[in-house]
Amino acid sequence: MISLRGVSKRFPGAAVPAVRDFTLEIREGELVALVGPSGSGKTTILRMINRLIEPTSGNIEVAGSDILRQDPVKLRRGIGYVIQSIGLMPHRTVAQNIATVPELAGWEGDRIAGRVRELAALFRLDEELLDRYPAELSGGQRQRVGVARALAVDPPVMLMDEPFAAVDPIVRARLQDEFHDIQRRLRKTIVFVTHAIDEAIKMADRIAILNVGAVVEHYAPPEEILRAPANDFVERFVGPERGLKRLALVRVSDIQVEPGPVVSPDDPVEEARRAMEKFGFDWVSVIEDGELLGWVGEEGLRGKTTVGEATARRFSAYVTANDSLRQALDSIVTSRTNVAVVAEHGQRYLGILTLERISREIVA
Amino acid sequence: MTERPAIDWGWIGENLDLIGERLGEHVWLTVLAVVIGLAIAFPVAVQAYRHPRLYGPVTGVAGVIYTIPSLALFALLLPFTGLSTLTAEIGLVGYTLLILIRNIVTGLRGVPEDARDAARGMGYSDRQLLWKVDVPLALPAVMAGLRIATVSTIGLVTVTALIGKGGVGFLFLAGFRNLYPRATAIVLGLVLSMGLAIAADGLLLGAQRVLMPWTRRAART
Repeated sequence: MISLRGVSKRFPGAAVPAVRDFTLEIREGELVALVGPSGSGKTTILRMINRLIEPTSGNIEVAGSDILRQDPVKLRRGIGYVIQSIGLMPHRTVAQNIATVPELAGWEGDRIAGRVRELAALFRLDEELLDRYPAELSGGQRQRVGVARALAVDPPVMLMDEPFAAVDPIVRARLQDEFHDIQRRLRKTIVFVTHAIDEAIKMADRIAILNVGAVVEHYAPPEEILRAPANDFVERFVGPERGLKRLALVRVSDIQVEPGPVVSPDDPVEEARRAMEKFGFDWVSVIEDGELLGWVGEEGLRGKTTVGEATARRFSAYVTANDSLRQALDSIVTSRTNVAVVAEHGQRYLGILTLERISREIVA
Repeated sequence: MTERPAIDWGWIGENLDLIGERLGEHVWLTVLAVVIGLAIAFPVAVQAYRHPRLYGPVTGVAGVIYTIPSLALFALLLPFTGLSTLTAEIGLVGYTLLILIRNIVTGLRGVPEDARDAARGMGYSDRQLLWKVDVPLALPAVMAGLRIATVSTIGLVTVTALIGKGGVGFLFLAGFRNLYPRATAIVLGLVLSMGLAIAADGLLLGAQRVLMPWTRRAART
């Protein structure tokens, strides 16, 4: 979808080129993160794709056509653009800001209004916000408007330069999650510049790790970069806790959970004791028709004949199939029993995860 | 013997037509000067903004014009353009240029770079960028300049009485020459000139508020 071949950029008066002989292929519908230290030319590369910066040499194609032969103004209207500082127009309302590119493209008023409402809903912007000016919004709202604006004419390609860097970490995490969901539905081809490797790991289908001069040190899916960094530079850049970071990429549903000790309320107490012994636990899960009622321990069973006579206590914490292994790990190390119970909505029992099971996943 | 009143209301009542005519002339000379001044200053300021090297020389020339004493300027122009509106306007327009150019350039320079970058990235042409982003966002500073230029022009118009124009400034001259009741003419000229300046300033301020709702709303939060 986007292909850069042998692209170089030397700024006037600069001793060395900011970007030297850069080549990268980006497939349709994938989000590629360009990550690197400052001076790695990542923003320069991004800005060459919509010709805000003209390459000194090389070839850039978007959707199969040479962008250097296109009118830059028309080219840019077909490419979504989001920058760190967002750059909302202070003199235009939220609705007018979102309508910017549709207006430039000459859409009719009704169509623009409809599209603005659609995007407001997609980005969870209240209708009442639409008539406000950017200065009247919170940082997170501004960021949402900036991304909504970039999507206004539904461009197949988007360029995003640190789009979530200007907000605090809590809001940033939420915006990242929201955008990740939206992207999973829209499948835009996105070039995403960031200096934060964790953001790249979270958002990207593939990551290009760039060194000074835009040398591509490693271009691969996040999981692969974490598992087998191409060289020392990549390893250092990815930083410590590679194993933990990889766990964040794997969902509980991606791996086989263990059944764990399970009994039904009708089972005799001896059955529960056998199950505990088998797993080496001092508790069992009580399940009725697949539904998780809670757990009983040795003490609760004393003097009872069936499990049902004992009161099943609810688990204080559990993980869902949608959680990451990193969250499951957190649940394990903070639980008294060193086990994470996997259940859907706290009801339907799926199994258990142990430390051993997760560490097998890291080593694999 | 009855004491003469400080203000001769009777005279004012008899000469309302003349006063109204002079007031009209005052407004006309001011509007003409500010509009022509803006028409000259705007393109010059845009060039000075786009090519920062021009800014020094441009404001230098406008600054030199600004330092010429108005009496001397009108006297100098007389042999060439005579006792005409043209003579008056050359001076009046000249004095607006420094204020207007400076304020327009300041306004353009104050346009947030991120808004310009985003606008270019979204596909604004250079012309659209100027008219739809730069100019609206420079407007607060431009309007501030316009208000100063208007108020100072209203004061300066009175000086053109020396070349037969002058708006309500004519009343000063006539008062000095005792053609009219002296105190009445001078005080009336002063009140009208100042009142005009205050009214014009208020009008422009009102226009600024209507034209730039975002500056008001933003200040509220």
